[in-house]
Amino acid sequence: MNQPPTTDEFVKGLWRDNPVFVQVLGMCPALAVSNTAINALAMGLATSFVLLMSGISVSLLRRFIPREARIVCYICIIASFVTVVDYAIAAISLELYRSLGAFIALIVVNCLILGRAEAFASKNTVGRSVLDALGMGVGFTVALLSIGIVREILGSNSLFGIALFPDGFQTWTVMVLPSGGFFAMALWLLVVNRIKERQALKEPAQ
Amino acid sequence: MSRMSRYLEIGSSPHVTSGASVDVIMRNVVYALLPVCAFAIYSFGAAAALVLVTATLSCVATEQVLCRLLSRPSTVGDWSVTITGILYGLTLPPDLPLWMVAVGGVFAVAVGKFLFGGLGSNAFNPALVGRAFLQAAFPQAMTHWAAPLGDARFMDLPQSTLALPFVEPGYDAVTTATPLALMKFEGIQAANQELMYGLTAGSTGETCAVLIALGGLYLVARNMMNWRTPISILTTVAILTLLMNWLEPGDYPRPAFMLFSGGLMLGAVYMATDMVASPITNAGCWLYGALIGLLVVVIRFWGGMPEGVMYAILLANAVSPHIDRLIQPRVFGTRGGKT
Repeated sequence: MNQPPTTDEFVKGLWRDNPVFVQVLGMCPALAVSNTAINALAMGLATSFVLLMSGISVSLLRRFIPREARIVCYICIIASFVTVVDYAIAAISLELYRSLGAFIALIVVNCLILGRAEAFASKNTVGRSVLDALGMGVGFTVALLSIGIVREILGSNSLFGIALFPDGFQTWTVMVLPSGGFFAMALWLLVVNRIKERQALKEPAQ
Repeated sequence: MSRMSRYLEIGSSPHVTSGASVDVIMRNVVYALLPVCAFAIYSFGAAAALVLVTATLSCVATEQVLCRLLSRPSTVGDWSVTITGILYGLTLPPDLPLWMVAVGGVFAVAVGKFLFGGLGSNAFNPALVGRAFLQAAFPQAMTHWAAPLGDARFMDLPQSTLALPFVEPGYDAVTTATPLALMKFEGIQAANQELMYGLTAGSTGETCAVLIALGGLYLVARNMMNWRTPISILTTVAILTLLMNWLEPGDYPRPAFMLFSGGLMLGAVYMATDMVASPITNAGCWLYGALIGLLVVVIRFWGGMPEGVMYAILLANAVSPHIDRLIQPRVFGTRGGKT
């Protein structure tokens, strides 16, 4: 229960237990707001912030939250930090706030955050929870960003809003549409699973 | 075989077959499609020939590569992927850039066929999956129609055909609207003869209704296609169009126009009858055809797009396993009712 924090808590979220590509959690934002790299990055950072703060709070309060009402308590904690993020994004950039729309509020029901609170933060010390939340947050952001980059380059011929190829690049309209999210996601899953398969094949030989 | 026959052979039924295996049927479908391809090349010239060749080659090559990647025996020899490629090519606009044709062909076989498990497992008609992807990815290029029977069609290629990969195609000035678009947006109906003989603009293989129907008749005569599906589709469309004409005269096109325009004939005869993605029972085929006919009429009359055969067939493909579950044949020896 009270093991010292290890780097593994942080590293596992990046690759081995990547929230999007391995656990396949939080699909709603991963598919819906990854149409541009900016949107994907903003959603990733917002989710990471909520993940970190709720991880700390749940971990601190873990001895006071009654088992029977724990989900309600987690949701209340998460919702308060989502409200902070909601106002913060609106203050930083109204344009970004409009393009993310309802998906900022929907971070409350992102099962990644609730899942980490339930499975990790409620059973571990603050130090370990912070590392876990940071690892998961970075893994989530990187995954969203990789989907968003593919979709923005193919679908809008730009990256982070900067136009890429000047002379008559044919944009793939489908990549900006919701179905493009599924295609880009599937492509990355293909790559990730292929690499994981290779690693698994190599390991017994060592 | 002679060595085998010395032993007692034990196998499950069927013991008597007609000899029509996958490759025989598929080869006959190719024969039935050849006149349609020939007319497409006559009507749209060298560009259509290149589109058909590229479509077929990209599909066949994808199948070969995927079979090798999955270390399976190659299934190119059973002709099914050739059909997919030809049918896919026939549904494309004749001056579509060849790189887009290849992208859609790879998508058709990889996602439409192999993702579901290869031949016999595809939930949707792979050719239409490829076309639907192109329609969503490149809507401008997919709704650009070359005029038929152009003067220099065998000598010159349209500028767009040879566009470099990932480059937006440029177009020569000559462009027309399909009969369905003219009907939908300007209220002009093409004459029956033009539609029957294929003197209109449209996808490479959809214009000549007569040749498509003749190919279908050949397959029905060889008992290689369930005639109930196309008949059911065409009848439903005709009846619904008559009904709308009777309810509100003058607002809707006449039934013959509906039957012979756009991709309805090609879709009804060759796409909807895909043996894997259509229902198994005869009663199921009637229901499946009626559903496609209804969807075609709804999309063409009240939808935003002029043509809806592709989406109608894909949607009905999705329903067809449920139709099979709904309509099950009576088990031999039982009295109907619940078993």
